Amino acid sequence: MKLTRRHTLMLAMGSAAAAMLPMASFGATEDAIAAFTGGAEIGAGGITLTAPEIAENGNTVPIEVNAPGAAAILVLAAGNPTPAVATFNFGPLAATQHASTRVRLAGTQDVIAIARMPDGSFVQAKQEVKVTIGGCGG
Amino acid sequence: MAENVTPRVRVPRDATAGEVITIKTLISHPMESGQRKDGDGNVIPRSIINRFTCTFNGEVVIDVTLEPAISTNPYFEFEAVVPESGTFAFTWYDDDGDVYTDTKEIAVS
Amino acid sequence: MYMKTLIKSGVAVIALLAAGPVAADEDADLIINDEIEITVRAEAPAHVDGLRTIYSGWVFRADETQALQMDDFENPAMLFADEAREKWTRVEGSAEKSCADCHGEPESLADARGTYPKWNDQAQEVRTLAMQVNGCRTEQMGAEAWKYDSAELLNMEALLSSVARGNPVNVAIDGPVAATFELGKEIYYSRFGQLDLSCANCHEENYGNNIRADHLSQGQINGFPTYRLKNARLNGAQTRFRGCIRDTRAETYAVGSEEFIALELYVASRGNGLSVEGPSVRN
Repeated sequence: MKLTRRHTLMLAMGSAAAAMLPMASFGATEDAIAAFTGGAEIGAGGITLTAPEIAENGNTVPIEVNAPGAAAILVLAAGNPTPAVATFNFGPLAATQHASTRVRLAGTQDVIAIARMPDGSFVQAKQEVKVTIGGCGG
Repeated sequence: MAENVTPRVRVPRDATAGEVITIKTLISHPMESGQRKDGDGNVIPRSIINRFTCTFNGEVVIDVTLEPAISTNPYFEFEAVVPESGTFAFTWYDDDGDVYTDTKEIAVS
Repeated sequence: MYMKTLIKSGVAVIALLAAGPVAADEDADLIINDEIEITVRAEAPAHVDGLRTIYSGWVFRADETQALQMDDFENPAMLFADEAREKWTRVEGSAEKSCADCHGEPESLADARGTYPKWNDQAQEVRTLAMQVNGCRTEQMGAEAWKYDSAELLNMEALLSSVARGNPVNVAIDGPVAATFELGKEIYYSRFGQLDLSCANCHEENYGNNIRADHLSQGQINGFPTYRLKNARLNGAQTRFRGCIRDTRAETYAVGSEEFIALELYVASRGNGLSVEGPSVRN
């Protein structure tokens, strides 16, 4: 069996379908950030975002955020149809400002975490997660 | 809307005062995103858990806003500090108005 | 993005690497809840000519997916096993019996899962675990059978698997099941569909390679029913067979058909020596 035209076509169609996943405009992500920060400047450091470099399936991607001392952490998926993922608000009995969950990613994209510190400043961490397009959906 | 919603929570039974304890929660829920279509091409309406809270003796540990990008059967892991013996209360708020709750006692020595 | 063809045993498997292969720790060991030791690699059974070592599908998965199965709390499949546990004591049917009335605790059936599919002398047929659960329902409880691979049936299979974890898969292949075994073996090595692929082309000759971005396993079913990240629910082995055959662009057999029962027995027997691992987590 050789790589025939039909196979090539089929594979090409598969990747075209993946490329057509609905992606949020950059505007939507910026709007979500502005709503959280009120337009304040965003620094770096003091926040870590842990996510797999390559996710085996975009439907269930484990992520972890940690921003010692933060009041709240906003998580965004810049390439999803709507970028908002979750907002963690930490109360007085939170021992750490560290939380894990599982998220949906519509394709390869940046995951962004922004922490609001008690003094009203903001810090951000960003990581690209590659989402594989499976071979055998089954 | 959502059927068979069962919350599960893991909290240690005891701790020392001021100890950092890890809490894990999992709840069975489809988290229908509102982005999917059924076989006839009609959009399946959004139906998600939109908020999750954990309090201890009435004080907030964590209060999470969930969006449709949270996976089916939402899972959370976070850390709390408990000053005295008491009760953790966990609450999940569904789009359809349903509220699911669970509580766990912890003995602090 | 690039394309390459892997020619092995005269078969071309097309690997289209969209995002690069996911790293899998093929040497990892699986211990669930720090307690249940799972055999994820073993010497291949004597009747499997094409393999020297058999591997659970778990070893081919990414670290994050592997981790989901190492703690029952984090394994979403256990939600469904727990649902079945609640139904275990529920009285149903004209005989007004529950599962518990005959079997006590589900743990009393810890030896069951690893031996199915197997011959049922009374019924004079090969039964999968799903068929045996339904046999209990219709013959002992006077209740209606659950639909094959329905949520209720998969939940019960998940419960029966969960209590059997760590016990060996040990499916009989001779005696009254010999003909079924041969039928299953024939199907396993038959090429299907427009892509002209047999089970063996992917899962015996090319396990460990990538098919597009997907890391091919040996297609072992010791972990079924399995919670797939793809659809976030329990999936039965025969539904998975159906998906595989459909992906070769063939007409598939029906779930619950004689052919799939035979294929399930044959594929299960290829895992003799691995541990029962279901309900597992896969991609």
